Amino acid sequence: MDVINLTKSTDWNFIEEVSKESGQNPSLCYQCGNCTAGCPYTNYFDFPVSQIMRLLQSGQKDTILSSKAIWLCATCETCTTRCPCEIDVANVMDTLRIIARRENKVSEKDIKLFYDTFLASMKQHGRLFEVGTLMAYNLKSGHFFADAELGPKVMEKGKIHFFPNNIKGRDKVAKIFTRFQEKAKKHG
Amino acid sequence: MAEREYAYYSGCSLEGTAVEYDMSMKLVLEALDVNLKEPEDWSCCGSTPAHTVDHVLAAALAARNLSIIEKMGTDTVTVPCPSCLSAFKRAHLGMAGDASFKDQVNDLIDEPYNGGVISKSTLQIMYEDIGLEEVAKKVTHALPDLVVAPYYGCILTRPPEIAQFDDPENPVSMDKILEAVGVKVSSFVFKLECCGAAFGVPKRDMVNRLTAKVLSMALDSGANCIAVACPLCQQNLDLRQSQVNALMGTNYNIPILYFSQIVGLTYGLTPKELGIDKLIVSADDLIRSRITVEELAQNKAAAEAEEKARKAKQKEDKTKTEET
Ligand code: SF4
Ligand code: SF4
Repeated sequence: MDVINLTKSTDWNFIEEVSKESGQNPSLCYQCGNCTAGCPYTNYFDFPVSQIMRLLQSGQKDTILSSKAIWLCATCETCTTRCPCEIDVANVMDTLRIIARRENKVSEKDIKLFYDTFLASMKQHGRLFEVGTLMAYNLKSGHFFADAELGPKVMEKGKIHFFPNNIKGRDKVAKIFTRFQEKAKKHG
Repeated sequence: MAEREYAYYSGCSLEGTAVEYDMSMKLVLEALDVNLKEPEDWSCCGSTPAHTVDHVLAAALAARNLSIIEKMGTDTVTVPCPSCLSAFKRAHLGMAGDASFKDQVNDLIDEPYNGGVISKSTLQIMYEDIGLEEVAKKVTHALPDLVVAPYYGCILTRPPEIAQFDDPENPVSMDKILEAVGVKVSSFVFKLECCGAAFGVPKRDMVNRLTAKVLSMALDSGANCIAVACPLCQQNLDLRQSQVNALMGTNYNIPILYFSQIVGLTYGLTPKELGIDKLIVSADDLIRSRITVEELAQNKAAAEAEEKARKAKQKEDKTKTEET
């Protein structure tokens, strides 16, 4: 990790924002490393989760929000289960993802796109339409044949539905999204 | 035994790629005299993706369903998918613990949710509500060839504050259920290790490597198949096994069954109705050895008799040699 000038770069508002939204107190972390030791993704993270916690304590907003780690975290809850200070670490990671998305600083575009495609399917049909979601993701991500070789295997088993299962109340589900977006707009 | 009744929220996966979980779970619960009621016009729980957008939105997508269930007049909903379950529990606990959060969530949905629904996994109702004794009573068949690695996945019992079920580091409920129906269970240390399923599509290499670890640990534990309780885990371990083999140069061929399929087999249900034919890595060879418990007892008795005869003969031979 680079040397950080704490006097200049500590963003106190960011620490406050994360604490408030996650309901967790990052200053409780004493860097024991338990979370990182159990994290199945740590090999793929640019900053191990305990380092994210340290960066958070020192208010390193930009470094955190542009990190890959927050998007590669699978919310597996190992860190939360093992933190001796009872910090809900996975919730902190979750909150950081939400803020990164809000501030348009997403480092892992494909993961975000996949989530967005999932939610779009849900908004449209009320339930997840698996095939539609995968196809839309492949088109938008440019990975046209991602997992294409798996398609025939699933098809053979009669598990693929080529038409979405539209629920009756799908307008009600869409309304949840619209209301949320309206509210988000109002609050800036 | 009195009939039990629950609302049953199957979730989107069980309508598609995990249809065999739905088929087998329903049959097993039916055999256990459980009456399931499907919530009318349920919608997707929102799962992981909604949690990357906003906690209130995520809770609202789940709470729409909880509010439907609340109106059905059943106080408990049982959910086979740990991901849906976790979405329900998070919404419920979040709303119960914070009045302003509750208001924000209810503002987004048409019919408010008032906190009257308890969510439990299907594994939990079998283990805690129905109990091992009842579960064991329905067994008619044995699966002598099976050695099962029970795989719980990451969120079925974690974090403990949300899951409120079994042990967060060493869960035993699935082990115990499988043992109760007479199946051999291996001592599997990767019970909870994340297989990466949620990233299957956008981060394939990473996921394949994590999956490979789970598969190899299962073999090391002496198992020849894996039991799961999660549609995402199942899909990942089963469907992507060929990708893992291509990437890692391995040749894993480990059937990944839902625990409900295994229980169903011991209840004498046919592989077809349990959707065993829907698995990508075939379990046919493993379950071909299925016999009735009577046959098992006979075989056992025969084996014991043979053993006795052999020992007796040995003794006889020995005395003969000594005589000469
Ligand atoms: S386990 Fe908790 S205290 Fe230890 S480094 Fe991680 S967050 Fe900090
Ligand atoms: S929840 Fe995220 S950070 Fe925590 S152990 Fe799991 S993958 Fe790592």
